[in-house]
Amino acid sequence: MFAAELKDVTKAYGNKTVVNSVNLQIHEGEILALLGPNGSGKSTILKMLAFIEDPTSGEVIFHGERVNYKKTEEVRLESTLVFQKTTVFSTSVKNNIAYGLKIRKMPKVERDIAVKEALKLVRLEGFEKRNARKLSGGEQQRVAIARALVLKTRLLLLDEPTANLDPKNAGIVEEVIERVNRERKVTIIMATHNMFQAKTLPHRIALMDEGEITEVGKPADVFGKLSKNLASFAAVENTFNGQSKITPDETSLVDIGNGVVVEVSDQKQGETVIYINAQDIILCDSPIKSSARNEFKGKIIEITDSDSIVKLKVDVGRVFAVQITKKSFKEMKLNLGSQVYIAFKASSVNVF
Amino acid sequence: MADIIGGIIEAFQLIITGDPDIQGIVFRSLFFSGTAVILAILWGTPLALLIAMKEFRGKTVIKTFLNAMIALPTVVLGLILFLIFSRGGPLGNLGLLYTPAAIILGQAILITPVLVSIGVASIESVDPEIMNLSKTLGASESQSQIAVLKEAANGIILSDIASFNRAIGELGVVLLVGGNIAGVGNRTDVLTTSISRSVQIGEIGSAIALGVILIVIVFAINIIVVIMRRANYLVELAKGPFARFKRSNKEDNE
Repeated sequence: MFAAELKDVTKAYGNKTVVNSVNLQIHEGEILALLGPNGSGKSTILKMLAFIEDPTSGEVIFHGERVNYKKTEEVRLESTLVFQKTTVFSTSVKNNIAYGLKIRKMPKVERDIAVKEALKLVRLEGFEKRNARKLSGGEQQRVAIARALVLKTRLLLLDEPTANLDPKNAGIVEEVIERVNRERKVTIIMATHNMFQAKTLPHRIALMDEGEITEVGKPADVFGKLSKNLASFAAVENTFNGQSKITPDETSLVDIGNGVVVEVSDQKQGETVIYINAQDIILCDSPIKSSARNEFKGKIIEITDSDSIVKLKVDVGRVFAVQITKKSFKEMKLNLGSQVYIAFKASSVNVF
Repeated sequence: MADIIGGIIEAFQLIITGDPDIQGIVFRSLFFSGTAVILAILWGTPLALLIAMKEFRGKTVIKTFLNAMIALPTVVLGLILFLIFSRGGPLGNLGLLYTPAAIILGQAILITPVLVSIGVASIESVDPEIMNLSKTLGASESQSQIAVLKEAANGIILSDIASFNRAIGELGVVLLVGGNIAGVGNRTDVLTTSISRSVQIGEIGSAIALGVILIVIVFAINIIVVIMRRANYLVELAKGPFARFKRSNKEDNE
């Protein structure tokens, strides 16, 4: 028996189909990643599995039983979803985490212990009385994860759990995901557009594109095959496909087009996909002498503000997403159109 | 000028000595307006929830109508209610005209648009994901609505206070449907109507005393709200009734 199963599930809003005839089996105790660009239908599948959205057609089987979406109050107790956009109740951290337990009528003494344990898991010990709204974005997301974990549901759904987090918080969250799966055997489905995360964390990957699942398999198989789907997936930030040539220095040079050639530490010949984590890219206002093998000159074409970090898109021929702290952003006096240099090490480039 | 100074001196004498007549008027004002607010909360809060959370045809029309109703002159509403409650009116046989019940009902109707409009605005300003969030944590439909209400608590309390201020300070409705009956029996004279009468019969001292009391009541309530808000008591207070309700519910062991 599967933990959950989607049979020919379609979801449409008006005449816009966001999930199209999806068939997917989720194994008991696995971490499954839904990998795909924004708008590929990942979040909608998670919402249907959290039973807060109903499919337009098709059926969802949850632990062997067909889900009746007109009566989801009970089945909702067995599945929980952590949203991409962190949402916390405007009350204390403790009340936030205890919310679902109160609904499940857990006695106060047990509840307090459970809240403490959950906080310890996400490394927020002693945060009980703090106002959740006054925490940093990363801490709020960890509260949101603790709030979901404390319920010990059979299914844990995570929508881009680390998308807006700095490396430290992202690391903690990834560690927690891995740990609860290993220790409690919780079945986890996470949506991500981060190829690097998808390569390391999950047991299986389902590639999604335009509402359809195009491929399902183990990360090594999916990435190893370098399918057409995966290559088309290059629309995702900092993922490029190109031609790779091995150099005499035992590195490779990948031509990703528009005159941009990236040096990578792997040796690979022929067609390849590379991915650079936005956090691994250094931004400078002038050329620098460093050990970084890759340095490109470009222009800022987009600025997005989120919490303590600022996301920039830099056009160097190809567009790179770069992530810097708000403080650096202010100090460097950056603007749209500012001329900048980006630099990253050959070893920071993930080659698929 | 001497009249005014004399009036002020008399006013303080009346307040300090605790004149029973004035005490009665103050009590009635607080009681009528307080009851009217409770009534308006009972029907206004579900209405605000409905308007804020459900999509239906004519929603904008209703919201615009409610906003316009806030500006309705109280004396016009008083006249309409007078016509409805008067012997020949549609509800004439209930015999409500010139009774405390008419005042409470009239004030409750008067403040409903204020209460609902501010209530709707504060519920609409709550993060729309709160409803889904509480559901993913296992909440039922009604539990998730309560979660939204809790998030809107500050605005909802503000709407209740604004409603009370409007009720206790208005003259038109209480005068026309209450009749400002003094003396014995079912008195319907309140602070505003008594000020009006005192001025008419030349009792400037009483008028000033009542005016001072009215201002003190309104200011005091608003100051208390500001202080409590700063101390964030309000939110906890708003959660109090739910928490107490849950405590009386045996299933919860809080």
